Amino acid sequence: MAERANGDVGLIRRGRFVDLEFMLQIGDQGHYIRIDKGRLTSVTPSPLLLRPWTFAIHIDAAAWPQFCQKMPRPGYHDIFAMCKLGVARIDGDINPFMANLRYFKEVLAKATSSTSSAAASAKEAAHGR
Amino acid sequence: MVVKIEPATGRYMQLNIQGRQNRVYFEEAGRGIPLLCLHTAGADGSQYRHLLNDPGITRDYRVIAFDMPWHGKSLPPVGYHLEEYKLTTELYVDTVMAVCRGLELEKPVIMGCSMGGRIVLQLALSHGKDLRAVIGLEGADHQEPWYDTEWLHRPDVHGGEVSAALVSGLVAPQSPDEYRWETLWGYLQSGPGIFKGDLYFYRADSDYRDRVADIDTTQCPVYLLTGEYDFSCTPEDTLRTAARIKGAQATIMEGLGHFPMSEDPEQFRTYIMPVLDQIRG
Repeated sequence: MAERANGDVGLIRRGRFVDLEFMLQIGDQGHYIRIDKGRLTSVTPSPLLLRPWTFAIHIDAAAWPQFCQKMPRPGYHDIFAMCKLGVARIDGDINPFMANLRYFKEVLAKATSSTSSAAASAKEAAHGR
Repeated sequence: MVVKIEPATGRYMQLNIQGRQNRVYFEEAGRGIPLLCLHTAGADGSQYRHLLNDPGITRDYRVIAFDMPWHGKSLPPVGYHLEEYKLTTELYVDTVMAVCRGLELEKPVIMGCSMGGRIVLQLALSHGKDLRAVIGLEGADHQEPWYDTEWLHRPDVHGGEVSAALVSGLVAPQSPDEYRWETLWGYLQSGPGIFKGDLYFYRADSDYRDRVADIDTTQCPVYLLTGEYDFSCTPEDTLRTAARIKGAQATIMEGLGHFPMSEDPEQFRTYIMPVLDQIRG
C-alpha cells in the first residue's frame, strides 16, 4: 500500500499538507498509517496500547472485498456509500480527512491493492470514488 | 470557419425574480417542444451540453439549459455579499417559472436532476396545467439528510474541493473518466456556499411526501429516472415516490449514478430517448 501510494507523484502533491496518523480498520484488523507531507511513512498493525490516531476509518470485514471489486455493486462503491449503508464508519477528528478528502479517498483506493491490483487501478482512476 | 462550432448558443437574460433583478445565462439548441433543463445543486447548466448537441433530440425539442442565479455564468443579485444564499421551494419555483415566462415557453417539458428532480414534482403540482410533462432525474419527494453540510462552507476547508470529492462517490464506477471529471469540475468551481445553500432547499424545505399524491398525471405526466449507483437519491426513494403518484413512470438506470446526463451521456441516452419519444407522441 505504502509503495503504491508513494509512487504516485500526483497523490503526494495533493497530500503535501497532510501530517498525521490515522487508523484503517477492516473487520477486527486495524493498521496505524503514518503520513508525512503526503507520503506514507509507516503502516503498523494494531493494537498498540495507548497509541493515538487522528481519525479512524472502519469497514466491515464482509464489505471490504465488495469495495475492492473492480466494479463494486451499488452501495459498496464509495466510502460514504458504505457509511450510509451502515457497513463503514469514520470517527475521530475528521477535519483533516474532509480538508483532504480526495487525497484520503485515493489513499483508501491504494489499500485495496492488497486484495486486487486491478480494483486498485480502477479506483485510482476514479480517484477512490 | 476552421474550428468546429457547436450548435448551442449561449445568451443572457435580465430576469426579475421576487422583485430582484438577475442576470441569468442560458444555452439553447433545436426547435420544437421546449425542454427546460435544471442542473443539480452547486453546479450549472453545462451538465446538459450533451443533450444540447444531440441532433436526435434537438430535431424535435428546443433544449434550454440555464444557470440558476448564483451559479455558473449567472451572477448573484446585487447585495449578495451581505446575505447567506439559501434556496427555498418558493424561490426555486419562482425562478423556473420566471424563465418560462421570460422566454415565452409554451407548455414546456421540464427536466431536472437531483434538486431539479425534486422541484419538478412541486412544479407538476402547482403549475401542471402549464406544462407538457416533467422528468425527474435522481428525484424523489424527500430524502433524510445523511451528512453534515457545514463541511461545505467553512474557512479551513476548500468548499469546491470537498464538494467535488464528496459527490465523486455519486458517479457510477462505470462512467467514463473524462465525463466523471467534467461533472466534478462543476463542483470544483462552484461559488462559496452555493452547494450548501442549494442543499437547504433539498434537505430542509422540500419535503413533498404529503402532497405528491395530488399530482394529476393526466394533466402533467411524470417520469422519474434514477441511477442504480445513486446513494443520495436512491432507487428506493424514487420508486417510493412514484408509487405515491398515480400514473407516474419510474425507471432505474443501470450503470449510472447521480449525474446521468453528464457522467455518461451515451448510457443516459438509452434511457431518456424513449421518454422523450413518448412525450412527443
